[in-house]
Amino acid sequence: MTAPVPKPTSPSRASGVAFIFKKALISALVALVLFSLMIGIRTEAGPTGQLIFWTRFGDLATMVATVFVGSIVVELLRQWWGPVGTVRILPPSAQNALAIGRRAIAPVLLICTFLVPVIFYDQRYILDLGILVLTYVMLGWGLNVVVGLAGLLDLGYVAFYAVGAYSYALLSTNFGLSFWVCLPLAGILAAFWGVLLGFPVLRLRGDYLAIVTLAFGEIIRLVIINWQSLTGGPNGVSGIPRPTFFGIPLTPGDNGLAAKLGIEFSPTHRIVFLFYLILALALLTNWVTIRLRRLPIGRAWEALREDEVACRALGINTTTTKLTAFATGAMFGGFAGAFFATRQGFISPESFTFQESALVLAIVVLGGMGSQLGVALAALAMIGGFELFRGFDQYRMLVFGIAMVLLMIWRPRGLIGHRAPTVFLRLSQPISSELAGEGRG
Amino acid sequence: MSEPCILSVDHLLMRFGGVVAVNDLSFTAERRKITALIGPNGAGKTTVFNCITGFYKATSGTMRLTHDDSRTIQLERLNDFRISKQAKVARTFQNIRLFPGMTALENLMVAQHNALMRASGLTFLGLIGVPSWRSAEKQAIDLARRWLDRIGLLERADDAAGNLPYGDQRRLEIARAMCTEPALLCLDEPAAGLNARESAALSELLLSIRADHGTSILLIEHDMSVVMEISDHIVVMDYGVKIAEGAPQDVRDNPRVIAAYLGADEEEAIAVMESGT
Repeated sequence: MTAPVPKPTSPSRASGVAFIFKKALISALVALVLFSLMIGIRTEAGPTGQLIFWTRFGDLATMVATVFVGSIVVELLRQWWGPVGTVRILPPSAQNALAIGRRAIAPVLLICTFLVPVIFYDQRYILDLGILVLTYVMLGWGLNVVVGLAGLLDLGYVAFYAVGAYSYALLSTNFGLSFWVCLPLAGILAAFWGVLLGFPVLRLRGDYLAIVTLAFGEIIRLVIINWQSLTGGPNGVSGIPRPTFFGIPLTPGDNGLAAKLGIEFSPTHRIVFLFYLILALALLTNWVTIRLRRLPIGRAWEALREDEVACRALGINTTTTKLTAFATGAMFGGFAGAFFATRQGFISPESFTFQESALVLAIVVLGGMGSQLGVALAALAMIGGFELFRGFDQYRMLVFGIAMVLLMIWRPRGLIGHRAPTVFLRLSQPISSELAGEGRG
Repeated sequence: MSEPCILSVDHLLMRFGGVVAVNDLSFTAERRKITALIGPNGAGKTTVFNCITGFYKATSGTMRLTHDDSRTIQLERLNDFRISKQAKVARTFQNIRLFPGMTALENLMVAQHNALMRASGLTFLGLIGVPSWRSAEKQAIDLARRWLDRIGLLERADDAAGNLPYGDQRRLEIARAMCTEPALLCLDEPAAGLNARESAALSELLLSIRADHGTSILLIEHDMSVVMEISDHIVVMDYGVKIAEGAPQDVRDNPRVIAAYLGADEEEAIAVMESGT
């Protein structure tokens, strides 16, 4: 937007003040109604069993005032920070420098990720956190295919994660298959379930699709809980074999990797190996997705998100296109699940609740739908940031929630709010997400 | 060349509940000719289009499409995307349906989906980047580039389709339909919302498409200057039935057409109403 932006005139500012005031008043009123019972009156059972209560109008007034002021602050932030009528005040040279900086984010991030186990070799906590973040990066990239590219809102993604995890756990504990054999199998099985889910939901759009996928995620979890003879029910599957370095176990024994290399054994080796394993899996996901975007199938996914009717008019089989999107996303979820199982050594249905689906979806939405870099940054912010707030103790969720709200006000279209064209003649210009569809089914 | 007609519609009937949108309509569209379907608003023109292009399932009637090699396809038996894929019928929409968040070039690449899908070995060969896929992709980009050049949008190839001016979007949608290499191109009000200069350019584009590609065109249009200038054959509809057909000159002078489409005189209208009651 280099075009001159009209200066905000004083009448609009005045009406803005009235609007902010009105909104703050309404928020305060809602807070008053809610808090008058929750905070204003405190009840307790007395010593003889009767009900005693007392009032706390002071606290109530404080809370209502906080909501009033907070609402004004949020609204002001939205007006001054938000994308409404943003004016570029930076000189072009600074903008160019910023553009170069922006392009450098991905390589720098990648190099830093590679160096994490080298720099933090002694800090098990950071390595574990890195593995966790990378797992969610991979899940986010997998779900990005379904939600970000094809525009199909999937609230049950964790089901495929669970299928992948249980595939590896059961195949390895029952048949003794190795991780490297089970990994593709887990992906294939998850993709198979993705197609199975895909068939009934093909005709659904938007909210209805979200509800059915949500239900599907719960069904998988409930089946795992109740099919005791196969999955061990709520007790889960334990004793899942750890991954091997292509057949060489990472154990202190004589045939372990450390002995073969002639170095002293350390349990950190396995953590570092797991770190690079999930990094490789995540990068594979990323590479495949980037390649797919430039292939006809990827363009068809994005076209499907933009306009399904036009797709059909162009002879694109929307049924298979949607199914391939589901299957591809599910396959990556399955890989991530197999990794999760081998890393934990124990899995139970507890790990595959709706909260996981919501978290992965939040990562995709926060990152900017369809943007690979955005999803990686969002996973880092969501998982890493959550750890960062550990010092706030019981206020952690609150601080985290406020941070999310501020972030979405600042960047309503996600961290990376534009999509890169898949093919270009002269110059690849980023396209604002305002133009791109969000997908209605 | 055994069959001169590319499309013959016979006794087409489309009923929505109690409403008969198209009633026993029969017409033919000749090969390498421009056939216009005109009529007042609500005459059922777009419904006919939706039946031909498979968006609606006709209540009854047949629609026979004959290709250059005498291959005949019953359109009413195909549905949805197969009309475009197998029967090679492409269409545009009354309210433009581009992919607004994709560039003009990408829009034209999506249109070549089926050809590219084959070339990429159903994605698998493309994923590992075999040379045959690379050359197929280059050809596809070249085709798109030629079309962009032709509609005067080469300069804006990398701009989002949603950012293009209205007239450009109309032309891009036609180019996108042509990228599917259709035998029959169905255009739903391509001149709607265009100014006089843009309409003239559109007429030229459609005539050149017919001349260079031998594509037969079926056209719904309200802009009489375009219809009269480029059509070889005109079918006039009103209230779901055909009221006239013929060469532009014949249709223009047909009193029923003048009454129905261009509006009857006030006395005539009163006479019609009185005879009705």
